Amino acid sequence: MIGRLLAILHARNLEFLRDRGTLLFTTLLPIALVVGMGFVFSGPERPLFKVGVIAPRIDHDADPFLHERYVQFVAEPEAAVGMHRLTHQEIDLLLDVHAPVRYWVNTDSPKGYIIEKLLLASHPEAQRQSVAGAAVRYVDWLFPGILGMNMMFSCLFGVGYVVVRYRKSGFLKRLHATPLTAFEFLSAQVLSRLILILFVTAVLYVGISTIIGFHNAGNLLLLILVAVLSALSMVALGLTIAARFSSEELVGGLLNVLTWPMMLLSGIWFSLEGSPRWVQWVAHIFPLTHALDAARAVMLDGAGIRAIAPNLLYLAATALAFLAFGAWSFRWRID
Amino acid sequence: MVHVARRAATAANGRGTRGRNPLGSRACVEPQPHPDRVSAAILEVRDLVKQYPATTAVDGVSFRVAEGVCFGLLGPNGAGKTTTIEIMEGILPPTAGEVRYRGDALGTRFREEAGILFQKTALQDFLTVRQSIALFRGLYARGLDVEEVIRLCALEKLADRDSRKLSGGQQQRLLLAIALVNDPAVLFLDEPTTGLDPQARRSFWELVESIKARRKTIILTTHYMEEAELLCDEIAIMDRGRILAMGAPRALLAEHFAEVLLELPRRDFPPAARELQLNLIEGGERIEISTPDLEGTLRALLGAQVPLQHLRIRPPNLEDLFLELTGSELRP
Repeated sequence: MIGRLLAILHARNLEFLRDRGTLLFTTLLPIALVVGMGFVFSGPERPLFKVGVIAPRIDHDADPFLHERYVQFVAEPEAAVGMHRLTHQEIDLLLDVHAPVRYWVNTDSPKGYIIEKLLLASHPEAQRQSVAGAAVRYVDWLFPGILGMNMMFSCLFGVGYVVVRYRKSGFLKRLHATPLTAFEFLSAQVLSRLILILFVTAVLYVGISTIIGFHNAGNLLLLILVAVLSALSMVALGLTIAARFSSEELVGGLLNVLTWPMMLLSGIWFSLEGSPRWVQWVAHIFPLTHALDAARAVMLDGAGIRAIAPNLLYLAATALAFLAFGAWSFRWRID
Repeated sequence: MVHVARRAATAANGRGTRGRNPLGSRACVEPQPHPDRVSAAILEVRDLVKQYPATTAVDGVSFRVAEGVCFGLLGPNGAGKTTTIEIMEGILPPTAGEVRYRGDALGTRFREEAGILFQKTALQDFLTVRQSIALFRGLYARGLDVEEVIRLCALEKLADRDSRKLSGGQQQRLLLAIALVNDPAVLFLDEPTTGLDPQARRSFWELVESIKARRKTIILTTHYMEEAELLCDEIAIMDRGRILAMGAPRALLAEHFAEVLLELPRRDFPPAARELQLNLIEGGERIEISTPDLEGTLRALLGAQVPLQHLRIRPPNLEDLFLELTGSELRP
């Protein structure tokens, strides 16, 4: 069994490596994207002060301070989340207007320093609590998103189109005439893609980190585990689409139906915090959302395995479920 | 192209038929295997039926193939040859009936020991000839050395070439090499020379001859009667999903034809000659006369003032047998 799996794996790897155009495109596109994004988002910061208020929603009449001009007030229903955002300077100050009035300010933030003066002018009695933490640049926040997006396209389209092409050309039918089983064939495809994706992602990680000066806050091995499970889940998702269809047009359409919602809703470009509950619910169906949540937690916050365990479990479970469904519905030949 | 002839309604005009097939041309012939062969049958096909929504592609086919024999399934396109061979290969499930390999249902052992060349196959892109063979070698537990297969199929000079850059004949040689990579006990060749030029076809036949010399069992489908006559020890003639006749080519010809065939241009055949008691087969511009009495027929033709300058005398071949059995033209 291992011999057959390795034979298919080796041949598929050779095919990919010799397809220079695809290889180059897979590697260069995300680098270009990150460099471009870094350039675009390196301009002036947003002009407003941003204050998080611990409340389910903002009631401007609850406190006179909430009428201040040039300050954007955002509701933070959970204090812990607000604190996290303050640490990363996503907000400049976190305020609890219930008596006694308390506030948290990031001592590393210049804007926090100014907005604190403004608050103390109307609430001299407010209790100060401080936190520290460097600002997370948008480009740092975007970095895991770009890696994840590249992984998603490579997993879904790479595997999806390849298997459909094999089926359409009759190559799968020829393989079916050998002792090779569907499980062995699919496992070889998953492994081949996994190795290639991990290699490309590692090259991208090193290259982009150097370009934008990114430092991983967490454990690199844990990050590799996140990458492996994310790639497995998304390759397996691609196989469920490619398992039985023979039309490249149909499969292309179905893959687009999958990738576009993930592009928009999985948090590649912007955070889903503050978006409607149903959007967040839908977003968390996608493996990419869990992949990015886990990757950002490790890369930006230095989270440990326990903190991202739910994401890892979801990715592993979906990988198994998609693979099982793919093997069950697999067709060697055009019906 | 296959010779196409139109048979005259000889039965209707009462000038005699060669109707030695008492079951009629549509009958399915039940095989009567030679007693010596029963125990040596490597493949056995029993009451095979394959139905599609609009058609019955295979309609109750049964036969046995003895070990070491080259067995040919002959018939025009659409006769059910490819469907039959693909069911035998374990690629298509039958609607009814079964195929047994060495007495057992097709399973892991069969897949390990069968070599298959499909009518159409694409290989993986970006691989050389040697790598394509090595890929398939890796899928079998036992087999030949890759270099040996390359030698066997005369692919030495092409071994490092991209498999997509081969000519039709070279491509078929590579696909044959892949079919041989597990040193199969039984080799399936589905119309292996269709679309090849005459030279490539001859060279492929030589390869098959060399494989036959290694005592491999070969199942071959073809609509080239010449190919079947050259390569096959036994044949089954199929049409419309049924087997019409089965046996060794020479034995079948001897059974169905005790005659020779005379061919004349239609323009040389005067209406008066039609009054002669001759067994006529009319095909396009030529008229064929089937007769067991060559001298008597020649005398009768001369007596009827038929010019014999363009006369051709030949023994019957499998194509004639097909026409004899189906009573219709061979659909190319």
